[in-house]
Amino acid sequence: MKKEMALITENFLRYGPPDTAGYLEIGGFTGLEKALAGSPEELVRTIEASGLRGRGGAAYPTGKKMRQSAAYEGDTKYLICNADEGEPGTFKDRELLEKDPLGVLEGMVIAAHGVGATQGILYLREEYSHLLGLLEDSLAAMRQDGYLGRGILGGPLDFDITVFVGAGAYICGEGTSLIESIEGKPGRPRNKPPYTKAQGLFMKPTLVSNVETFSGITAIVRHGAEVFTGYGTPMSPGTKLISLCGNVNRPGTYEVPFGTTLEEIVMGIGEGVAGGRALKFVQIGGISGPLLPKEFLKMPLSYEAFEKEGLSIGSGAVLVVDETTDILDFLDAVAAFFKHESCGKCTPCREGNRQIMNILKRMREGVALPSDPENIQRIANTMKYASFCGLGKTAPTALLSAVRYCPEEIFTRRGL
Amino acid sequence: MDELMRREVLKIIESQGKAREALIPVLKAVQRVNPKQYIPQEVSQLVASTMGISESEVYEVVSFYAEFSEKPRARNVIRICDSTVCRVTHHRKTAELLEAALGIRVGEATEDGVFCLEYSPCFGACDVAPAIRINDRVYGNLDGEKLEEILQSYRR
Amino acid sequence: MDFVNLTIDQVAVTVPRGTTILEAARKININIPTLCHHPDQKVKANCRICLVETGEDQLDTACSTQVREGMKVLTTSKLVRETQKGVLELILANHDQDCLKCIRNGNCELQDLCERFAISRGDLGLIAPGDVTVDARPKDLFNPAIVRDYGKCIKCNRCVEVCREVQDAGILSAAFRSTDYTIQPAYGRTLDATLCTYCGQCIAVCPVGAIYEKTETDRVWEALDREDLHVIVQVAPAVRVTLGEEFGCEPGTPVTQKIVAALRRIGFDRVYDTDFTADLTIIEEGYELIDRIRHQGTLPMITSCSPGWINYMEGFFPEMIPHVSTCKSPQQMFGALSKTYYADKTQIPPSKIFTVSIMPCTAKKFEAKREEMVQKGIPDVDAVLTTRELAKLIKVAGIDFNRLQGEEFDAPFGMTTGAGVIFGASGGVMEAALRTVYEVLTKEEMPQINLYALRGTEGIKVSSLQIGDLEVKVAVANGLKNARQLVEEVKAGDSPYHFIEIMGCPGGCLGGGGQPINTDLKIKEARMKGIYQVDQTMAIRKSHENPRIKELYEEFLKEPNSPVAHRILHTHYQSRE
Repeated sequence: MKKEMALITENFLRYGPPDTAGYLEIGGFTGLEKALAGSPEELVRTIEASGLRGRGGAAYPTGKKMRQSAAYEGDTKYLICNADEGEPGTFKDRELLEKDPLGVLEGMVIAAHGVGATQGILYLREEYSHLLGLLEDSLAAMRQDGYLGRGILGGPLDFDITVFVGAGAYICGEGTSLIESIEGKPGRPRNKPPYTKAQGLFMKPTLVSNVETFSGITAIVRHGAEVFTGYGTPMSPGTKLISLCGNVNRPGTYEVPFGTTLEEIVMGIGEGVAGGRALKFVQIGGISGPLLPKEFLKMPLSYEAFEKEGLSIGSGAVLVVDETTDILDFLDAVAAFFKHESCGKCTPCREGNRQIMNILKRMREGVALPSDPENIQRIANTMKYASFCGLGKTAPTALLSAVRYCPEEIFTRRGL
Repeated sequence: MDELMRREVLKIIESQGKAREALIPVLKAVQRVNPKQYIPQEVSQLVASTMGISESEVYEVVSFYAEFSEKPRARNVIRICDSTVCRVTHHRKTAELLEAALGIRVGEATEDGVFCLEYSPCFGACDVAPAIRINDRVYGNLDGEKLEEILQSYRR
Repeated sequence: MDFVNLTIDQVAVTVPRGTTILEAARKININIPTLCHHPDQKVKANCRICLVETGEDQLDTACSTQVREGMKVLTTSKLVRETQKGVLELILANHDQDCLKCIRNGNCELQDLCERFAISRGDLGLIAPGDVTVDARPKDLFNPAIVRDYGKCIKCNRCVEVCREVQDAGILSAAFRSTDYTIQPAYGRTLDATLCTYCGQCIAVCPVGAIYEKTETDRVWEALDREDLHVIVQVAPAVRVTLGEEFGCEPGTPVTQKIVAALRRIGFDRVYDTDFTADLTIIEEGYELIDRIRHQGTLPMITSCSPGWINYMEGFFPEMIPHVSTCKSPQQMFGALSKTYYADKTQIPPSKIFTVSIMPCTAKKFEAKREEMVQKGIPDVDAVLTTRELAKLIKVAGIDFNRLQGEEFDAPFGMTTGAGVIFGASGGVMEAALRTVYEVLTKEEMPQINLYALRGTEGIKVSSLQIGDLEVKVAVANGLKNARQLVEEVKAGDSPYHFIEIMGCPGGCLGGGGQPINTDLKIKEARMKGIYQVDQTMAIRKSHENPRIKELYEEFLKEPNSPVAHRILHTHYQSRE
């Protein structure tokens, strides 16, 4: 039943980063060479053909994004690798940066060729600052070997990458907040328009993509789009990194083809619930994702299957929760997280999270108001429709799913 | 602020530059050189006047990011994950162990100023939960014995 | 021009590309609710009350979303109504809703929305019955001018923008995150521990009652109640063209005589005009300028009437102190005269004279409390009320303001000129000064006394005037960020001017922090028009021709800048750093 595979992760543990020579020996930089041998247009077409979608959570088609970005001209164009992996339960980008940093950075250089970027920035979350040394060494090695800097591999591409270390804010995973943060401001989201692709960092055209997306670009260009599309489902080609964690026997980062069922992931790869206890629910896509009871285990991991249920794959986190966890306790942790991380700028997110915390507290203390079940629904809807950015829009997702799938445990038992 | 700290702060700004985008790196560095790992008002004011940014804008950044503290902490900041994954894997035991080992509660600092304890949102070590961070290092798969060993290494 | 066609609530509308949904809707008389939006400020889109439906299940903020060709906007669909109400409910749930006691009762953008949506905090169903607590910092009551009531703040960020980008003071931070998110000075300090200029522009843009003047109406009532006190009042130039707004008049309508009548009804023993000491300021300041020019004194000389500017200068540019005129402001000249010359003349001891001023300004409250403005424990000015507080006073007294018969100011400080009136508009002090300086120096009548180049709401105005063989170069700035531009030139040593007028508030005192709220640029322009209208109708329009001013010099001051004038009418400054 195991479906682990290695395409994006093929070079894990096969070389010792930042050793560029070792990376070269196992086929490293061949993707970059191939890309530079062709035109930017050919590269963009390859990515479009692969069907790769952004791996940060929004799942926007990467080829389309690159094509749009390429259309903007100017002396300066930024390409940002979003390594602000703040979604609780998610650590696959950390694994990529730890075990194959050159693969990520290679993907950035390839993408720079495709969109005409002049400067790259890897935005590393503060919590991963222990990886800064490794990344800087990797960049230095690439510079030394001519994979970065002026005239990369003797061609016309001038491109370099610096690392910017964040200072601890979940919201900075949102593209415009991340940009504000690099500019030395609080990471609060910007109004759109102007769109990042036209006026992003320092008001210059900017492309922001997730770590896994850049790794994906490297793999696609190295092996060809058809190898990538050979995996997965027709609507969700390729593979996805899963961060499997919680009450599971074998937590970790795993690469699976799209179409793998949740059961194959949890029971197969993860070898089941720890301690032989019963499964209560899984939370998919990180803390902003829904809680799904065990009936959902049959569901395949694919964009289309999830969309059909009104769900989102998000970051690819799969959190396994066993029967010993009290659901209100869990929801309290979720709410506390958003209460900590909301940037405060817009009313629905700031005040909605405050009231949800209040309601959960009342429920836990047994002093809920008769109107509270209705309050939850109303506040969650306001947050979903009215919040400034994705953080507030998705903050009530877990709560809403819990109300939907476990009303008995949440309300009925409390006489609500 | 003593003269030594003043010179240290100015040196940091000198090396990072006065552009607005240098503010976060500057604040990181000025916090790091503070034995109590925080950014006092006078330091923010010096950063603001030297970099040509209003104090209110510097403070917006200091107060926004979790890394920065405006209150004194300790030489080593221990962070315990408080997010969902660590909750379902019973992180509270880790907090209890740490509280017992250090004789302080979460949110406090030891009297000798060596450690302080804080809750933190997920720092992406869920695969090795329960985990803690001390400054910028992560320690996972913890038990009491291992914890004591780790703490000892920071006491020296 | 490029136009876009769309429908809003099924009504077709064509607007230029780049128009927001909010603007397009207003064009067809659809009033989408707003809260953080202010006509003179940047789009913020943080309150989220202006959401409208732009597609199936898709809401966008009307203030920040530009129209697109073929767009179908719904502003009153069920989803829109419920979401707007939901947002409002979330604001109210943590808002200290004691409307009846609130200074902004009846003039509050949040209250208007509650009325529109028919909700109040008490019946939200979201908070436990009877729970009136809100999660907020305690009020900041620690300075004489401005109160910040954190329990009322809705975090719209208008005050942050005006303080930082218009007034260049940058006192306020949008600090912390989430439920801790607070608009406050750095490190949680109170305003008195910052370089706040007390200009009050934050009050002028606040949509709710979160920022307001430290009120002194109770002290004034107490003084009026006391038999042993002689209570006199002065009315600043800019108040006469704005107070009417509080009683439904069009902005810019002069209501000078009605103000006099109202103040007498309220019980003031004498009602005087600050315009009188504005004339006096022109004489003192004009002679100071002439002296500086003749004797190689520090130039350019900068005006000193605006306490917001003085606070800013002392806080951020103390090196400008030698450039600033030593003249007290007209308010303080009046106060000083009231406790000296006037006390002598009336044989009332200064300790029994209670001097009140009606000012368009919050910084005037701070100015009156400065140690330089207190002689032997007796303040020159005892209480300062803003235009808004005067309106409250009149309402409390039950006076039907609009039906009042106009009355004239008392002698001797009621005799004024057009030069005094225009102090209320940016450029007015300069114009008034030049009218006098020209004639003093040339001993000839000035051919054209309307100096149009100095009028208007632009941030910086420059001009020059040939006086004898000297070309006097002048500049005028209003709003502190504009002031900074002129100051930086002076600091760099390349300022070409002899004389600079600086007013702390945009538009000058007519846009002051104590003026009626809901001000925008259009309203300021109307007020300005009102001021110049008053000037035009005055019998005397030059300060040095004011017969009572001449009398004052003959009887008391001897001559401009005399030792006695210096002792009573001049002051000094100090760095606030």
